[in-house]
Amino acid sequence: MTVSGKKNEYLKSFFGLLIAIIWVFPVLWIILSSFKSGQELFAFPMTIFPKNPNLQNYVTALFKFNFVMYTANTAFITIIATAVTLLMSSMCGFVLAKYKYPWLRVLFVCLLATTMLPTEIIMRPSFTVIYKLGLYDTLWACIVPTVGTMTGVFLMRQFFVSVPNELLEAARIDGAHEGRIFIRLMLPLCQSQLAILGIFSVKWRWNDFIWPLITLRSPDKYTLQIALRTLSGAEAVDWTTLLSASVLTMLPVLILFIIFNRQIMSTNVASGVKG
Amino acid sequence: MFNSKSKRNKLDTKQKWAVLFCAPNFLFFAVFFVIPAAVGFWYSLTNYNGISRMDFLGLENYAKLFKDPEFYRVVANTFKFTLVSVPLVYFVSLFLAMLLNNEAMKGNSVMRIFIYWPTLLSTIMVGLTWRWIFGENFGILNYVLTTMNLPTIKWATSANAAFITTVISFVWANCGTNMLIFIGAIKQIPQSLHEAAEIDGASPLQDFVNVTLPGLSAVSFMIIIFSIISAFKAFAMILTLTNGGPGTATTYMIQYIYQTGFDKMQIGYSSATSMVMFVILIIVSLIQTRHNTKVEKRG
Repeated sequence: MTVSGKKNEYLKSFFGLLIAIIWVFPVLWIILSSFKSGQELFAFPMTIFPKNPNLQNYVTALFKFNFVMYTANTAFITIIATAVTLLMSSMCGFVLAKYKYPWLRVLFVCLLATTMLPTEIIMRPSFTVIYKLGLYDTLWACIVPTVGTMTGVFLMRQFFVSVPNELLEAARIDGAHEGRIFIRLMLPLCQSQLAILGIFSVKWRWNDFIWPLITLRSPDKYTLQIALRTLSGAEAVDWTTLLSASVLTMLPVLILFIIFNRQIMSTNVASGVKG
Repeated sequence: MFNSKSKRNKLDTKQKWAVLFCAPNFLFFAVFFVIPAAVGFWYSLTNYNGISRMDFLGLENYAKLFKDPEFYRVVANTFKFTLVSVPLVYFVSLFLAMLLNNEAMKGNSVMRIFIYWPTLLSTIMVGLTWRWIFGENFGILNYVLTTMNLPTIKWATSANAAFITTVISFVWANCGTNMLIFIGAIKQIPQSLHEAAEIDGASPLQDFVNVTLPGLSAVSFMIIIFSIISAFKAFAMILTLTNGGPGTATTYMIQYIYQTGFDKMQIGYSSATSMVMFVILIIVSLIQTRHNTKVEKRG
């Protein structure tokens, strides 16, 4: 490498680091601020690092703000919805990838065309459907409408397309029926893909706002996101509680990301379009 | 004779399994997408307000909508937001991908993680984070401006500044995923093409314009379409960031649909707005589907 080439590389590294720090700063700033006392939070001159780091805000958030209850609600929705999503997406993805029927082709095209249309647009009639089904103001209202995610189906279909047909044929010749093939042969094969879909599903449901917003009414059913919204919508925003509550809210997804960061970063999927 | 019959039976059980496996998804799709869409269309033709009797109005809601200056303002806001933020998302993501695609670069994976981090936050959190930064009296940005003896900016009370905050937050939250998609696509471009360009004496810029960019065209198209759709459905982030204000300066379509449909209970009117937005997005996704089939045919 020439001298100028090397210099160029250093410049690129430096520039990249600068941008990365600017990029991550807003989140770091929330975290750092959450350790400051109420007085220090609005004091001038500002300091980057808290002068007397303390956990008082976290204690308030945990006990006065019903954090535990909101977390339990959110976790309930996230776990059940993710489990059902994984099952349904793998079944449907398998069929779309491995069976050839004219009706299947038609349905596939229909689904493909509508993945682009976000549910947000039809919030009001969706609310009517939820209401008529008797799901209004239950946590199930945030689970049932979300489990049929098409992004999940396409993610699984993409995987099953790559499974060789000979494998299926061999099992069929051995006399296995389709249900058995799916459970004993296909599910073990797609574990890594399921893990990725699982991570995304947890992220979608944990961070979901639309369904909880339109379907949950009683404060004891609130999810974390709705609770944050309620805190931030107040006339005088209580920033001390809000900051620590925000940090606690993003922790689970962050931990999941740290554990699986390799898998997530290498999945260049068109995810998060509609979850 | 016997053989072919048993074969048909087997085929039929196979088909039954196929129906069984995809039935849940199609059922949920029908209940939570097709039915609401149909009900929404029906509402848009009525004066339904959730309480009193529903009367059929025909196209009256649409006529009212197209005469309503507030509707035009919201549509204009949404288009302005989309037209400014989508190109920004595109170019910033591409720039970041070009900067960070070199695996040999030191600290490269850490930098990628930093840029990807915001995509893990909920849209509510994205709004809150930037509201904390852009606070007029308590935000760090205005504080930095004061220390540099510059005038502070009225991020929340000036319409233009508030618009800028929504764009910045959107770009910040959406570049991570796109950057990763771009990095994946850049690696797919055969090295031999770059080498050929180098032999022909192409500068790095010429190489980028004539080799890299054409190689990214399919992915670019996808990213732009997805970004348009995310921009159109920006809602939760705006709620916690500006709450649509000042006035209605940053009220975009989803928030307008929510306000009219739930807060004001003008369900018929709100549904008419939904249908207009539906048509816009159907056009966008038709372009996408047509492009896809073209690419498939070519490939």
